[in-house]
Amino acid sequence: MEHPAGSNVSLARRAWSIRRHALRMGEVQGQGYIGQALGSADVLAVSYFHAMRYRPGDPDWEGRDRFLLSIGHYAIALYAAMIEAGILPEDEIETYGMDDSRLPMSGMAAYTPGMEITGGSLGHGLGIAVGMALGLKRKKNDAFVYNMLSDGELGEGSTWEAVMGAAAWKLDNLIAIVDFNNQQADGPTMDALATGPGTEAAKWQAFGWHAEEVDGNDIDAVVAAFDRARHLKEPKPRAIICNTKMCKGVPFLEEREITHFVRVEPEEWAKALAHLDTEMPE
Amino acid sequence: MTIGPNSRRTPAHIARPKPAERGARTSAMIASLDAEGRDTISAPFGHALVDLAKTREDIVGLTADLGKYTDLHIFAEAYPDRFYQMGMAEALLMSAAAGMAREGFTPFATTYAVFASRRAYDFIVMAIAEENLPVKIVCALPGLTTGYGPSHQATEDLAIMRGMPNMTVLDPCDAVETDQATRAIADYPGPVYMRLLRGKVPNVLGEYGYKFELGKAKEIRPGSDVLFISSGFMTMRCLDAATALEKDGVSCAVLHSPTIKPLDEATICAEAAKGGRLVVTAENHSVTGGLGEAVAGALARNQVHVPFRQVALPDEFLDAGALPSLHDQYGLSVPSITTRVKGWLND
Repeated sequence: MEHPAGSNVSLARRAWSIRRHALRMGEVQGQGYIGQALGSADVLAVSYFHAMRYRPGDPDWEGRDRFLLSIGHYAIALYAAMIEAGILPEDEIETYGMDDSRLPMSGMAAYTPGMEITGGSLGHGLGIAVGMALGLKRKKNDAFVYNMLSDGELGEGSTWEAVMGAAAWKLDNLIAIVDFNNQQADGPTMDALATGPGTEAAKWQAFGWHAEEVDGNDIDAVVAAFDRARHLKEPKPRAIICNTKMCKGVPFLEEREITHFVRVEPEEWAKALAHLDTEMPE
Repeated sequence: MTIGPNSRRTPAHIARPKPAERGARTSAMIASLDAEGRDTISAPFGHALVDLAKTREDIVGLTADLGKYTDLHIFAEAYPDRFYQMGMAEALLMSAAAGMAREGFTPFATTYAVFASRRAYDFIVMAIAEENLPVKIVCALPGLTTGYGPSHQATEDLAIMRGMPNMTVLDPCDAVETDQATRAIADYPGPVYMRLLRGKVPNVLGEYGYKFELGKAKEIRPGSDVLFISSGFMTMRCLDAATALEKDGVSCAVLHSPTIKPLDEATICAEAAKGGRLVVTAENHSVTGGLGEAVAGALARNQVHVPFRQVALPDEFLDAGALPSLHDQYGLSVPSITTRVKGWLND
């Protein structure tokens, strides 16, 4: 396995570090999609420190598992994960979102090592993942393609074009990760879409996928779901619906009225970091 | 039921003449272009792609349920394992093509021009063009090449594609050029949108010893009174119009500009600046945003002040009907061109 796993650092500690890096980026800018970053940190920790194969110093390595971030505004979370993974240097945290930074607010392939695609126009990632999965099969490359998408993105018709296409092509090298935090820009996703806990996995299964739903903030459960997705023998694409809690890990933010863009007062970044520091896992 | 102001419906109480009494014509939906008196070559794009694929293992073909209607079926039969049927899903077609390009392949993605330019636009912009990926988007039924009405008539595709940074936009004339352009775009490292003439495609430029070069406009015939600047099958029509006008003592040059973007502004401005000629652009596209306006912009920016006229489709949703009738009606036919050119010369 070519990644920093195998070290003695626990996944809980990795997730904690990802949260910490993200909060520091938010502090630099005075803003950021911190609710999403805190909520998805556990899933990203499992992706980068349990499941994925990659070489931190060589983000274009042909044998790497591809991680496609559809949701461009989650870039703060992915930068945090890639900093923790050693793909990006930690000192670039202080450039987040600034002129000439490699870490723009919305993730783009041309800017950032390790960023596979340009996200932001939602509903693109899974289709691109289908093409990459087809390409990898043509090359007889056994890498996986992961696509992290959001629950809101389930409203895009193109997502379902890709869901059907992936099943038709039996793409067993494709793993979709749906970060389900029930929050899209104007309000709860479940107010706008026919989706929700207990129903979403069945939908993907009906389309011919292996799909399961997990508590996306329960690291052991996420590890088990990733392992089943990776080791499944059936020739189908795989989806993991991760129910996550916005702002997870910082109680005073978790309790705030949750919106797509969580407001954090200037002095609260330090407060959030200070809280995190009292709960550093082993 | 209320009929909208744009309605073409004849109210039921008004008797319609029978088609034969009106001298009405018909044509197949995907009619090959009028090829009377010309040689044709069958499926030049499909055959060129098959030939290229012999040595280019990176070439793959994708379509959204229109393989047969974009001549990609020829490639599919020759290389079934390199052909990807994506179903009736243009967003997936374009994003999957982008994904395959990311993995080192050179995808040729085909559909109708309406579906690529209208439905899949955001996917072409963000998954392909913004990343400057070498996806070749090859689209049948450009402009007015079907009588099916606006659902199938891509009268604004060039305008849409021209607006996209990084995109190279081609409008080839005939079978010879389609063959050459297919090979050229396979070698070009960025994204390309190419209009496709499919089925039996006339062979016109062969007799002029023409050679396609990406980004180059070329003079097909010289002339001293009129300078046609044309693309696509309108170059064919301009050559015929030039022959007809010659009998009336009007000498017409034809400058063929198959690369709509990047436009060969240097050649176009140099030809126009020679002076003494009426410049007439001719395109199978709306007056808005296609070759004509691209040429007008180039001339204006370069301070080339010449008399300028545009042969193009109106900025309207066009009628359904038979293609030859529609070409007459909307001014793309040879008689329509010659009549207007004579009028403009006398203005």
